[in-house]
Amino acid sequence: MFFLTLLLLLLLGSVGLAFFIRPLRKFFPLLLTLFTGLLLVVALFIPAQPFPKLEEEFSMWFDVIAVFSFILGGGNLLRVHLMKIQQKKRDWQYSIVTVTGFVIVLVIGLFKVGSKNWSDPYLAQGTAFKWMYDAVFVPLQATIFSLLAFFVASAAFRAFRAKTREATILLVAAFIILIGRTPVGVWLTSWLPNPLQFFHIPNLSTWILSVPNMAGQRAIMIGIALGIISTSLKMILGIERSWLGGDES
Amino acid sequence: MSELSFADHLALWVGAALTFMIFSFLYKDNPFYKFAEHLFVGVSAAYWMVVGFWTTLIPNGIGKVFPEMVSIFLPNLSDTTPNYYFLIPIILGIMMLTRLFGSIGWISRWPMAIIIGFSAGTNLTRYLQSDFIHQVHSSSVPLVVLENGSFAWMATFSNVVLVFGVIAALLYFFFSLEHKGIIGGASKFGIWILMITFGAAFGYTVMARISLLLGRFEFLQKWLQSFLV
Repeated sequence: MFFLTLLLLLLLGSVGLAFFIRPLRKFFPLLLTLFTGLLLVVALFIPAQPFPKLEEEFSMWFDVIAVFSFILGGGNLLRVHLMKIQQKKRDWQYSIVTVTGFVIVLVIGLFKVGSKNWSDPYLAQGTAFKWMYDAVFVPLQATIFSLLAFFVASAAFRAFRAKTREATILLVAAFIILIGRTPVGVWLTSWLPNPLQFFHIPNLSTWILSVPNMAGQRAIMIGIALGIISTSLKMILGIERSWLGGDES
Repeated sequence: MSELSFADHLALWVGAALTFMIFSFLYKDNPFYKFAEHLFVGVSAAYWMVVGFWTTLIPNGIGKVFPEMVSIFLPNLSDTTPNYYFLIPIILGIMMLTRLFGSIGWISRWPMAIIIGFSAGTNLTRYLQSDFIHQVHSSSVPLVVLENGSFAWMATFSNVVLVFGVIAALLYFFFSLEHKGIIGGASKFGIWILMITFGAAFGYTVMARISLLLGRFEFLQKWLQSFLV
């Protein structure tokens, strides 16, 4: 209890102090990032308690704070659209749809409308939230993503006209992967004799996926890892501080 | 289809109407598409808020500090001992909401600092282990493969392509040396390897989107059958 009180005092005390001393509004958050980041890095090298426990608890803390960012996102959405309606900006009528949909779903989800008991799961069969999920959320999400099939096809037609050697390689690889997973791919090269089985399209497709594609993916993953490691270090050490935003308003 | 309840029928009709509204964009941008698009924004924001509330905030936040209070929602929590340390993330979460109020928005930097510190600390070690060391280790394979004492040319060829492919693709992004001569040739091979990777990714994306499209057509077929059959 003593440790908890100390932590709360430090947390609220630092905010209180920053009310009066403006430079602390950036200094304390940077210090907190350094402390949290270093603690989690050190936890990897010291597998003895309390570090593994701390890492586990921090992960749950992170999830709880992340939920508040959803609430923040919802609040921001409401603010932006209500302002748009109030100021009658272009297409403001559609903002009414957004706000209405948001409020209705939020209310039926939080109050478990249609549920017999409060202890029932929020997505239980027969609840209004489950109906909304099946009738509105899933069709909208799936159709919006499926629209991309048309756009990908038209973009591919424009972009992949095999003008260069690199574009040809990309196009051929995509074509082999695509037809290698269909019965057409099997049928097209099924006549090939045994010594040439490597060129049977499904086999060729599997080889492309497991060898040259794997090589490229590994190179990309190694590159991304190096980028993330250096960015993380810059954030922990306070070199990268764009997340703090500009001067406080 | 007669066994469908009124709510099921309504869900089918609403789902079909929204599907057509989104597909109408293939002709051109129109009020029906805009309606569906704006509805999706509002509904999905609220959906993820509700999911976060019931799956994280109640069991792992409020439920940890006041298990008695949330036992009506989660009866199995009623015997749990309160863990008051979880007051800290709740307070930090509330501090996060100050971003909505301009004059005290700077308070949200405290929870942001925890999120940034946590992400940076875990990502640094996680990516170092799984995406750097592990990938380098997995790419260190024999360049000559023998199976039962005889030379396995296909496995050898695959391993050579894999090892030199990784090195060449990395060389393509290495700008400390001028891309001329051997380095130039290797980086050229690297870009070919990367093009194959992008081609494979493109092929998979097209397949995934087409399967989603087929899913929507199957739904529309179900909707048609609900009143035609």
